[in-house]
Amino acid sequence: MRTQRTANKLGVRSVDPQVNVTLTVNGETISRSVSTRMLLSDFLRHELGLTGTHVGCEHGVCGACTVLINGRSGRSCLTLAVQAEGADIRTVESLAGEDGALHPLQQAFQENHALQCGYCTPGMLMNIVSHLESGRPLDLTDEGIREMLSGNLCRCTGYQNIIAAVRSAASALGKS
Amino acid sequence: MSTRSFGARIQRNIDPQLLRGEGSFVDDIPLANALHVAFVRSPYARARITSMDVSAARAHPGVAAVYTADDIGALDREMPLLIPHSSMTDARTQRPLARGDVYYVGQTVAMIVAADRYTAEDAAQLVDVDYEPLDVEIDIEKAVAPGAPLVHATHPNNIAAHFVQVSGDPNAAVRRAEHVTRIRVQVDRSTAAPMECRAVAATFDRVTGELTVWDGTQAPISVRGGLASIFKLDEDKVRVIAPHVGGGFGQKVLLFYPDELLVPMAAMQLGRPVKYIEDRRENFVGSSQERTQIHFIELHALKTGEVVALRDSFLHDTGAFIPYGIAIAQVASTSIAGPYRIPNIWVEFKAVYTPTVPVTPYRGCGRPQSCFAIERAMDQLADDLGLDRFEVRRRNLIGEDQFPYEREGLLFADGLKVKLDSGQYHRALAMMEEALRPADFASRQAKARAEGKYLGLGLAFYVEGTGLGPYEGGHVKVHPITGKVYVNTGLTSQGQGHDTVFAQIVADQMGVNVEDVILVEGDTKAFDWGVATFASRAAVVSGNAIFKTAQIVRRKTLEAAANMLEAQVDDVELRDGGAWIKGTDRHVPLAAIATATNPLRYAFNEAAQAATQFAPASKHDGPPLAEGQHPGLEATDYYSPPCSTWAYGVHGAIVEVDPELCQVRVEKYVCIHDCGNMINPTIVEGQVMGGIAQGFGGALYEKIEFDPSGNMVNASFVDFLMPYATEIPKVEILHLETPSPLNPLGVKGVGEAGCIAVGPVIASGVEDALKTLGGGKFHHVPLTPSMIHAALYGGGA
Repeated sequence: MRTQRTANKLGVRSVDPQVNVTLTVNGETISRSVSTRMLLSDFLRHELGLTGTHVGCEHGVCGACTVLINGRSGRSCLTLAVQAEGADIRTVESLAGEDGALHPLQQAFQENHALQCGYCTPGMLMNIVSHLESGRPLDLTDEGIREMLSGNLCRCTGYQNIIAAVRSAASALGKS
Repeated sequence: MSTRSFGARIQRNIDPQLLRGEGSFVDDIPLANALHVAFVRSPYARARITSMDVSAARAHPGVAAVYTADDIGALDREMPLLIPHSSMTDARTQRPLARGDVYYVGQTVAMIVAADRYTAEDAAQLVDVDYEPLDVEIDIEKAVAPGAPLVHATHPNNIAAHFVQVSGDPNAAVRRAEHVTRIRVQVDRSTAAPMECRAVAATFDRVTGELTVWDGTQAPISVRGGLASIFKLDEDKVRVIAPHVGGGFGQKVLLFYPDELLVPMAAMQLGRPVKYIEDRRENFVGSSQERTQIHFIELHALKTGEVVALRDSFLHDTGAFIPYGIAIAQVASTSIAGPYRIPNIWVEFKAVYTPTVPVTPYRGCGRPQSCFAIERAMDQLADDLGLDRFEVRRRNLIGEDQFPYEREGLLFADGLKVKLDSGQYHRALAMMEEALRPADFASRQAKARAEGKYLGLGLAFYVEGTGLGPYEGGHVKVHPITGKVYVNTGLTSQGQGHDTVFAQIVADQMGVNVEDVILVEGDTKAFDWGVATFASRAAVVSGNAIFKTAQIVRRKTLEAAANMLEAQVDDVELRDGGAWIKGTDRHVPLAAIATATNPLRYAFNEAAQAATQFAPASKHDGPPLAEGQHPGLEATDYYSPPCSTWAYGVHGAIVEVDPELCQVRVEKYVCIHDCGNMINPTIVEGQVMGGIAQGFGGALYEKIEFDPSGNMVNASFVDFLMPYATEIPKVEILHLETPSPLNPLGVKGVGEAGCIAVGPVIASGVEDALKTLGGGKFHHVPLTPSMIHAALYGGGA
């Protein structure tokens, strides 16, 4: 099917009301004008190019979009960008060192083959990091770790290796 | 030689990138000024569209275009039937956008292209469609009865295909049988639910005339071919890239989904990149599903338990269309006798249209259903004859000395014969007995019952035809600058670790580290001969193609290195990234050999300078490149399997059923598994474990439910119960390695294996646990608390 050349639709754009939002993302202060209904997940991914945060269901069940909001894990698909005004957001991109060196949790995931397609992984990592950094005592029994992971779906691994990775990361970080 | 990589537990090359959040999935590809798609979808399972008004949507600010079937020109046609078969008459496939009628809830009716997805969804709400709803029948047994409402007027009784296959002489065998066991079993519909939904993005470059499509597909080469032919473009002007893909499990093999045609069309017409990122609800109502089958299976046996004939007649739900042909039902019917000798088989199926999401293969592809049928029937036969469940299997398993074991008359989904090539079935069963200790368990079970605890032992064996043809290719090239080895094949990866297992195969041939082998696949500009990733075929078909290719490059490298080192080929070895004269430290780096084998070279780097320190890489007179000689260290070769190679395994479990809460707890789960030689046991275990988790989903939780009018009532992760870590028990995986005699690497496929046997294991275990309570038979999965309640206390499930 040969298509006729038509005018570029460059004039087509959203007419959503915009509002300014200022927040900290991975240590950097960001100020942007955003649509009032834009999800935090879309803001991080498409406005800031932080595409490590993944979107799996957009109804808050799968956990792939988990980020840290003021140190606590939260669903960026159930949060509006404007709700993050003044917040301190951390995404998966903040975990590795500036030289690319993997965070002990990331390393444990690699060593334990705790990821396959890698789509749920950033949300898993951020959820687990929130536990590792919480200062609360960790229950590192199988059952305890399963409970820790119970807000994140993975369709590839069957979780067994993720459980092992959590345990070895906790040990590497002196949390066990 | 360096340490052998094949067979080693090597960490994956791809992981650091994915772990840092640096993967590039389709929606991660930055496309400036991209427009976004949302679809108007049918709210009715079966209806006639009486009118449609898109004017308000077109006028909505931020909307670039609205398309209906009237606006898509030559695309307004039934999409291709991928696998034709004589058992189907007038096979029906879907149009990209509905014309006249709709056939399932979720079918695409109109497409909105707008500035962003938010605006596109607003506009989709403004499309005004009038429907005249028609009668529907969702239940496949009722759908084939006379007078049932028809999905397609062209197909009486909703029968899309009818096929009978026969092996041996079942009628004669039935006559001499001394006992018959007959059961009806049912497996319900599920869905692949990959964590990344489907996604397509396209951009058309008007200067070069090139269409580039990023598609989270398992089959980019086929998508490229289809797009080129439909849009009448040279194949070279269409590039299809499957970047990182967040799980596939078969759902992403199907082509074409409507968006895969409409998004490129819109990008060509509108002059801006266009993307469609499916959301989760759309994945439920718009992307294909699988599983519902109802089998009536009969085992005709001697009193010893030896099964002399099997008869099975089953209904297979194909949904509203049958774009993938009869593949699922054919795999089910040819796997129906499992690992057992059963020399006489009659198997019939009817594929049934229902006004629901179309059915195409989901990990397992008919095997979980046929395994459920034969394994539940074997348990029933054991009960009928008063035999132990292990014993009845032992008396029927194919012996090691009986391979290859051909089921004459049966043709597999690839059209080739069913020939189980190798295995140690008896040994696998013995290992399971060792692991579960059924004799000890029996006394534990009795003791537990006395304490009010209900324990059961479940067991199921499976076989899996893997490595379907027709072929795949491999391309291997040593990069002259870095000495790294680049490998291409025509597949895609959705998490299987191709970049590591294929690297292991090549690393051994070239004497380099696994991380210095770089795989590029899923891009038609990188390699465009081949089929796709499905049917547990990547390691078998591409693995062997890459192995053969690497052997050619290895030979070329050794010859060139021998010339450069002025040594005999036999005296040269490849290791540590170079070629060495054995027993000496005299060597030449791989990069230098690759450089020296190119007659034109600039002294770009050390490798090029190093190359000049050696004798020429080729000894010949005349022009710099001898007749028939190719520059560099590079080759392409192919592998085409003679027929499928059959993997197998046995799963067993100890379960506890709580008769009050009607809940099942898995105390112990053991998987004994044989996929031939393992390239990387860690990755094999990952594949098996992931499959088992999906198997648990299908055994206990996951069921796509439709109300009587055909509306899916659990089209979200809230209501569709996919297992979390809290639902998946600890699993022990034990291996056997019986090399496949059919291919040079001796490998068999493993991608689907894990999911096949879990349903019958759980049903077998629950039945065993509740037998003293009069729980009856469990012949239906997923096995829900309601079913247990109904079994124990009566009433409908």
